[in-house]
Amino acid sequence: MRYLVSVIDDKSNPGSTDRQPAISAFNERLIAEGYWVFAGGLAGTDTATVVDNRGEHAMITDGPFVESKEYLAGVWVWEAPDLDVALKLATEASKVCDRKIEVRPFL
Amino acid sequence: MNATDAVSRAHREEWARIVAALTRRFGDLDIAEEAAAEAFATAVERWPADGVPPNPGAWLTTTANRKAIDRIRRENKRDDKHEEARMVHDDDPPEPLGAIDDDRLRLIFTCCHPALAVEARLALTLRMVGGLTVPEIARAFLVADSAIGQRITRAKAKIKAARIPYRLPSAEDLPARVAGVLTVLFLVFNEGYLATGPDTDPIRNDLTAEAIRLTRLIRALLPDDGEVAGLLALMLLIEARRPARVSTGGELVALGEQDRGAWDAALIAEGHRLVRERLAAGVAPGRYQILAAINAVHTSARDVRDTDWSQVLALYDQLVRLDSSPVIALNRAIAVAEIDGPEVALAVVDRLEERLAGYHAYHATRADLLRRLGRGRESRAAYDKAIDLAGNSAETAYLTRRRDQLGAP
Repeated sequence: MRYLVSVIDDKSNPGSTDRQPAISAFNERLIAEGYWVFAGGLAGTDTATVVDNRGEHAMITDGPFVESKEYLAGVWVWEAPDLDVALKLATEASKVCDRKIEVRPFL
Repeated sequence: MNATDAVSRAHREEWARIVAALTRRFGDLDIAEEAAAEAFATAVERWPADGVPPNPGAWLTTTANRKAIDRIRRENKRDDKHEEARMVHDDDPPEPLGAIDDDRLRLIFTCCHPALAVEARLALTLRMVGGLTVPEIARAFLVADSAIGQRITRAKAKIKAARIPYRLPSAEDLPARVAGVLTVLFLVFNEGYLATGPDTDPIRNDLTAEAIRLTRLIRALLPDDGEVAGLLALMLLIEARRPARVSTGGELVALGEQDRGAWDAALIAEGHRLVRERLAAGVAPGRYQILAAINAVHTSARDVRDTDWSQVLALYDQLVRLDSSPVIALNRAIAVAEIDGPEVALAVVDRLEERLAGYHAYHATRADLLRRLGRGRESRAAYDKAIDLAGNSAETAYLTRRRDQLGAP
């Protein structure tokens, strides 16, 4: 079962910025234990561009599709046998990143 | 026993076991629930004509299994279903719990999974484990049938999509997960004990009875868990007082004014036995065990004047160290009033105003303390606030009488 694991930061109360070494060590463990599929940190939401080509002309606009205090700061994709395993890892991930984590299954 | 009684009895005793076993076999809560319901419907039709089978549980299990297989065939999606079956897991527990393994326990832990919203856990547990119908659950919580139906459907969909496992929690997670189950059961009990709503019976003994029945089941499955024993004892000692809690006029009767002869002696004896068992265990008690002990002190006094208030206060002091909730502090103040007098207690209660201003019991407690201090006008104002906020019809009647007894302002 694959899970999208989102790291959520809060603009008004951001998590600490010195977490990279701990995150790297956690990633090594995820790889060694066979959970790791993908991981990536994201640039700030002000670097986002939205494209909408549902109508006659493609619209390209600056900025994220929704402005909010909380935003997606990074993602993992994990392979885990069930939600309990994913939640246990996410509990550690939240501590390691010093940020909230959302766990969502892929279809 | 006639066939109808036999069906109700089998429903009480076998429902959870059948749903749990079907979930394990077919890996799908939907199929399990529907097949179990169909099996009982078949029993309702057949038993009066054919006679009650010698082993009703086995008959129902076989029938339910057949219904589940029929449904899977009917949908002609056997392969898909097998695929789905893998969604709800039944792996062995990561750390075995010794001999304690029962499908019902898996079912309870799945229904009370922390990834589900509390309202969803309540509805799902009452449906899947308790065997209540959707309209029964809707009535219990005063919401529309469709809302309960949706809650249950969404919860089942999440269990499947996010792959919430059908498995016992690991030993390491067990205390937290048991605590989650007990929270659900205590919420069910409390709604029965002090039902909300102007048109509801003030005490819903269908709900208190269901909560006790499910807690007994957990107790049978986890006999060494102190908090499970504590919660069962607590419920029994509260339930024991039910016959004396509401007057013939429909008014709530305060603990100190209840006819103690009307209390259920058998439930009290069982509750006391459980409390003694926990004391003898010599393990630091959790909050349910302490609450049970407090209720044991109250139910040990033949007359309210014999209440060992210093014991009650000592237990509340212990509880406050575990649970800093203002509601606990408020209840502790009632014991303080008995030992140090209403003036000291009022000072304790007044410090809780910021956190409890919207809670009717805060104002009711203040009103009573002010009344005892002879501060009639303030007492009346506090009763007014308590009456405004109280949601239970018997409690409103009680508070109104107390207010009106204050005499002219």
